[in-house]
Amino acid sequence: MLYALLAEFADPRALLDAVRRCRERYHDVDAYAPYAVDGLAEALGVRKNRVPLVTLIGGLVGGAGIYFLQWYSAVVDYPINSGGRPLDSWPVFIPPTFEITILGAALAAFFGMLLLNGLPKLHHPIFNAPEFELASRNRFFVAIRATDPEFDAVRTRAFLEGLAPIKVSEVPL
Amino acid sequence: MATDAGTLVPPPGERYTGAIITDKIADLVLVRPMHAGYYVGFIVTAAFTLLFIVAITYLFTTGVGIWGVAQPVAWAFALTNFVWWVGIGHAGTFISAFLLLLRQHWRTSVNRFAEAMTIFAVAMAGLMPILHLGRPWFFYWLIPYPDVMNVWPQWRSPLVWDIFAIATYIIVSILFWYMGLIPDLASLRDHARTRGKQVAYGLAALGWRGEARQWHRFETAYLLMGGLATPLVISVHTVVSLDFSFGLVPGWHSTIFPPYFVDGALYSGFAMALVLAVPMRKVFRLEDFITRDHLAKMGTLMLVTGLIVAYSYMVEAFNAYYSTDLYEIAMMRNRYFGPYAPISWSVILCNVLIPQALWSKRLRRNPLALFVLGLVVLLGMWLERFMIIVASLERDFLPSAWHMFYPTFWDLATLAGSLGAFAFLFLMFLRFLPAISMSELRKDVRQETIRAGTHT
Repeated sequence: MLYALLAEFADPRALLDAVRRCRERYHDVDAYAPYAVDGLAEALGVRKNRVPLVTLIGGLVGGAGIYFLQWYSAVVDYPINSGGRPLDSWPVFIPPTFEITILGAALAAFFGMLLLNGLPKLHHPIFNAPEFELASRNRFFVAIRATDPEFDAVRTRAFLEGLAPIKVSEVPL
Repeated sequence: MATDAGTLVPPPGERYTGAIITDKIADLVLVRPMHAGYYVGFIVTAAFTLLFIVAITYLFTTGVGIWGVAQPVAWAFALTNFVWWVGIGHAGTFISAFLLLLRQHWRTSVNRFAEAMTIFAVAMAGLMPILHLGRPWFFYWLIPYPDVMNVWPQWRSPLVWDIFAIATYIIVSILFWYMGLIPDLASLRDHARTRGKQVAYGLAALGWRGEARQWHRFETAYLLMGGLATPLVISVHTVVSLDFSFGLVPGWHSTIFPPYFVDGALYSGFAMALVLAVPMRKVFRLEDFITRDHLAKMGTLMLVTGLIVAYSYMVEAFNAYYSTDLYEIAMMRNRYFGPYAPISWSVILCNVLIPQALWSKRLRRNPLALFVLGLVVLLGMWLERFMIIVASLERDFLPSAWHMFYPTFWDLATLAGSLGAFAFLFLMFLRFLPAISMSELRKDVRQETIRAGTHT
């Protein structure tokens, strides 16, 4: 069983060209790079990025939660007259509210990024590919997954060879 | 070639590529044998860490009476150490978050170790108020939780805000640092030759594969974290300064404290970053990555923050006299001409006068000079925190209560021990994690190559 066919490139510009060409014919295309290549996500047709929304929700939940906690404890559960100030003295509730808003947003950004990325994950078939350890060093890869309706082990291989890669290899499942 | 842009300096006849960068930095952790200087540092800092543990153990079994604190100087070394250590952390966040938002690419070479510095400094800072509690095993009473005593924290107190600020700061700093590490941990996993290292770094890398969609979300989240950390860092030292300015003690009760403290924090932090960077680049032979340009830029930042600190001293003195408040004026006179005058004048010497040497471009490019100036500023900033806290408390409103503070051996042991533990943690970091962000350098080097290509 094949997971994908993988083409290896030495240069991010070659990678971007290859991704664009692959996207013309195939749908299940993945690209791997040792750093965030500008424009790569657009070339892959990635439009949705829910990280900002998750972060916003995390911040709102954190801020609203801690403000409620302060209001509830100072007004309802444990009202203490402190120097004649109103029980709901909101200006002094702002510093903890600010801090926990940031904390909530940061936790959401971090764990949201990981979970949306499908991490943590102990194994992935792409690691079966030969030389894939170079993807975190200096090589760029394009994969066409076997799940693509147009995928054909022979024809897709010929197509990838036509993109002038360093080499094309099979990724076993 | 070195330029003012803070670029890398490839060895003659060589050009840095993603492969060379990754190999050089990963090999520091994976294969290269340790320099003899590292072992010396390791043994010395481990000894001081042991001293720290002894000092804490003795404190816990005996009580804060082992320190020199007594009324009216109830806050002394522990609080001075706290304010100083938190401040040192701030420059790390400034370098990694502010400079990220401002797209200052030179930060790439220094942000990783600066973030590590932040985490270890804030860890030391977080310990100090807990050590000072008297009954430290009750520190969790500061956290709001529904307890059987049916009491809640007093939300109107800056001391309660403090725990939220410091806890948020350390958690966000660790997340930000770890997030930046994930792609580098994946590089280490792929580079490691022994099974143990592959498994350890592999687990820490959480299965990162460098997939384009992963990078896309990663970059967004990283930028958002930078945007969140930037106001956070300012709020943290603001809250720390409010611990003082909410009190009525002359010398504390002042509205300039938040900006004054935040800027002093950055000042001491840049000093610490230089003190760490200069030996680090030498011992680990990272001169090509952390160049004189990088050091000079940090030197410039130190000069700028130092000038703001000097301005704050002037405003503080001016305000005391302008207020016509007898106690404020007496405090200011006591500070510079009273029993603590030698400390206050040392502050002026270390924080205002000596750092003016940084105006010299030649000195800014001299690592040894920057190292020494960093030490001077660190000393000056510690003394400044001591001056603000102790010299203000020593002369209370009631002359009958006036009482000098003298540190005991255990005061000094706690300070020295925290320095040792900080350095020990930093050495551990250098041994086990990449000191420079490989993935960001790979990207920067690529863009530099493109820029160089279009210009020639």
